[in-house]
This record gives sequence, structure tokens and C-alpha cells, in this order.
Amino acid sequence: MSLLDKFASVKPQLKALAATGRNPFAVTFDEILSATEGVLDGRPTILLGTNNYLGLTFDAECIEASRQAALHHGTGTTGSRVANGNYADHRSLEADLAAFFGRRHAMVFSTGYQANLGMLSTLVGRGDHLILDADSHASIYDGARLGQAEVIRFRHNSPEDLRKRLRRLEGRRGGKLVVVEGIYSMRGDVAPLQEIAAVARQYGADLMIDEAHSMGVLGERGRGLAEAVGVEDQVDFVVGTFSKSLGSVGGFCVSNVDDFDLLRLVCRPYMFTASLPPAVIASTRCALSRLAVDTGLRARVGANAKRLYDGLSRLGFDVGPNVSPVVAVALESREVAVSFWNALLDSGIYVNLALPPATPSNHPLLRASVSAAHSAEQIDRAIEAFARIGGELGLVWPQMRAVAAG
Amino acid sequence: MSNQLEHIRARIVSGLAAASSRSIEINGDTHIVRDLEIDSLAVMNFILALEEEFDISMPLERIAEVETVDDLVATVAALTQQEART
Repeated sequence: MSLLDKFASVKPQLKALAATGRNPFAVTFDEILSATEGVLDGRPTILLGTNNYLGLTFDAECIEASRQAALHHGTGTTGSRVANGNYADHRSLEADLAAFFGRRHAMVFSTGYQANLGMLSTLVGRGDHLILDADSHASIYDGARLGQAEVIRFRHNSPEDLRKRLRRLEGRRGGKLVVVEGIYSMRGDVAPLQEIAAVARQYGADLMIDEAHSMGVLGERGRGLAEAVGVEDQVDFVVGTFSKSLGSVGGFCVSNVDDFDLLRLVCRPYMFTASLPPAVIASTRCALSRLAVDTGLRARVGANAKRLYDGLSRLGFDVGPNVSPVVAVALESREVAVSFWNALLDSGIYVNLALPPATPSNHPLLRASVSAAHSAEQIDRAIEAFARIGGELGLVWPQMRAVAAG
Repeated sequence: MSNQLEHIRARIVSGLAAASSRSIEINGDTHIVRDLEIDSLAVMNFILALEEEFDISMPLERIAEVETVDDLVATVAALTQQEART
């Protein structure tokens, strides 16, 4: 009898996966050469599954900023901001973020996961109501569990279902917070935010949006979906991450609510963890300033996303409802998905394999994430590999391959 | 009321039977995850459908307490009654 016996069912599943090739949850790159290239099992590989939307991880200026910060401020802060002190650059990054989003307040967390954990467990408490999109990221669900609010879900991307849920809560005491994501991480689909914001407002609920996958990608200034659809003034809290478009690690929340800074003293995932090291803060600030001035980055990631989405769509693959830098192919069976994923790696293309129940529907996904740094040729190589392997597995007809090539 | 309870039970049993790959008889003591081998995602999707059908919202903490068919029937019934009162 071991405490781990309850996970016994994972073992045969993992074994079965390993028997068909690699363990998809333990991929280890020999080397990362650039924002779009790595080496895996000795083979040069196109990185098409690393959420590196703007390709800034190898930006020379950001690397130099990190280097200088480590030289002058050391490798780590060795403590929490509340207990062990802030560095000036933590404050500067918060000021940068507030300015970027045009909001009065910003709070930086050590990861994006912790930003959701912290905000959701703190903003709503006992007697309050948290209303989540059913397809929310694990960090949103975990933040909800950590807090004391009553948590209900509404059908994914359905303002009508949200309306029903809020209507049922009418007359009940307590605050209400609705939580959605800009771009959903697994399928790359986009929230109908205007409609959701209107419903939230009608029923007096606050609205939070997680722009983790849409910051730097959507909106004229790259602020995300709320900017893109013109409802920033109806969104009370924006959370996001540094580990995607900004190429580092960390999370944040920005807001205009009064007394926002009180949260620093009541939000446990903010208080009881080590703050971000100087090198991370420095490269994040650098990337944020790049994002603000270089609108070409957004244009390039958008064009690459469209190229991959259209290419795979023409082959007949189900790539979801929206063009976004997350391009996920839904497949019927787990076995086909695993074989497909292994064959893509054998062809030097790395995408993510997502298996139910970690996917929003019962379908396994081959999930690609596109970068501004990908060349058109890299995207085309990926489409060709999908066409060839899809043909070998009997999923793609030869004439479709010809169309895609054309 | 008992009619309503029977309706809820019948709906839950037929829904779970459709979602399960196992063909076993479903009764009140049937454990939804263990006996029917329905994964957590399918359970959550089934609950969304029940919420829609009975015009209720089932809080996550109430879902977490559900293990057997009887638990689910009781929870849906209690929430349906609560909605009817408000």
C-alpha cells in the first residue's frame, strides 16, 4: 500500500504511450538554437509548439538586458516582496505594465499560474460567486478551488448560458466575478467578449479576462482581445503572463479598481513565494517595450497563423473556429493522434500532443503555436509534413495534398 | 415531487448509460467514475447538460461531493427545489 496507489491507472497509460514511440509529456530538447529551431534526438527540429508568439526569446537586446541585470543585481531575490523587500525593477515593471494597458494599477506574480491562483482566490471570498467559462485553464480552476467563493461554470463561449447563470443568481447576496480567456489555449478559439461583457454588466457582475495567449497578438497595441473588440472599459481585471509573447516567465494583473494595492497584503500566492529574479524582470521589461513599438511583430504572427490555419484547413483538417496563433488539429482517435505526433517529430516538426481529458472535447489534439519568428518556409514545411503523414495514416486525400501544395 | 424525482433519476441513468462504455446495470449505488469508467471531462459535460435541462447551476463544490448516482440525483433534486422557491 502506497500513497501513490491512487495514480496506478496512469502507469499503464504511460506505458502504452511509450510503446508507440516517445513519451509526449517528457520531451527533452538536446538544444534550443533559436525561437523556432531546436535539436531533438539529434535531429534539427522546427519548434511549432512553444507559445513563443513573438519570437522574442533570443532577442539580442532582451538577452543583454538580462545579462546586465544579473551582473548588477545578482541571480535571484531569495525572498518574497512583502517579507524580504522589493527591488526597484519590480516596481518599474509594474509601472510599465500599467502604462502599457492604460490602467492605474499593476501587480506582478512569479508565474502566470500564480497570477490566476492569487487573483481568483482573493478577489472573491465566502458568500461571493465566481462564474467561469467551462473550458477555463487549470490555473483558473485551481484559483477558484483555493478561494471560498461559490463556483459555477457556463457553457464555453456561450453568452446565453452565462445570462441564465447570472439570472439565477439575481437577488443572491455577494459579489459576482465572471472569468473568460481572450484566446483559449487548447483550441485557439476566441471569446465572444462584447456579448459576454454586455451580459456581465447587465447583471452587475465584474469581469476578468485572462489575456495569456492574446497579449501581443490581438489589438492595435497588442493589449489583447479586450482592446481588439473595444471593450477595455468594461473589463475590470486583466491577467496575463510573461511566458508567451514576452518570452520569459511570470504573471500579472492590471486594473483600475480603487485600493488595488491592498491585494498585496491579502493575496497569499503573491505574498508567500519568491519574487522574480532581476534577469527575468529585465528581459520582460525589454520585451514589453519591443511589443509596444514594433507593430510588425503582430502583423507577422498574424500572417503566419493564417498561413498555417489556411494550409491545414485546405487539407481538410478540423482546425477550430478561429484563426489565431494556436492552431490545433482535432483528430478522432487517440491512437492516430499519437502516431501522427510521433511521425511529425520524425519529420523534424514539434507540436504538442494533447489527450483527453486535458482537451476541451473528447478529441485528441495536435496543437501548434505559431511565432512571428517562423519563416513562411518553416510553416510550409509543417503543412507538407501534415499532408504527407495525414495521407499515410489515411486521413488526407491525395487531391487535397495537391491543393495544399498549390 | 416524487414524479419529478423519478424524472431526474431516469434522465441521469439514461445519460450515464449513454456516456459509459461499460454495459452494466446502473442503480443508486453505482459509482459514477469507478463503476462506469466515465472520465472527469465527460462527467463535467454531462453535468452541463443536466444544468441546462433542469435550469439549475451546480456549484463545483457540490459536484465534488458527488460519487454515486444517488448523490447526483439528490443534488439535482435539491437545486431544482431551491430554484423553484426563488
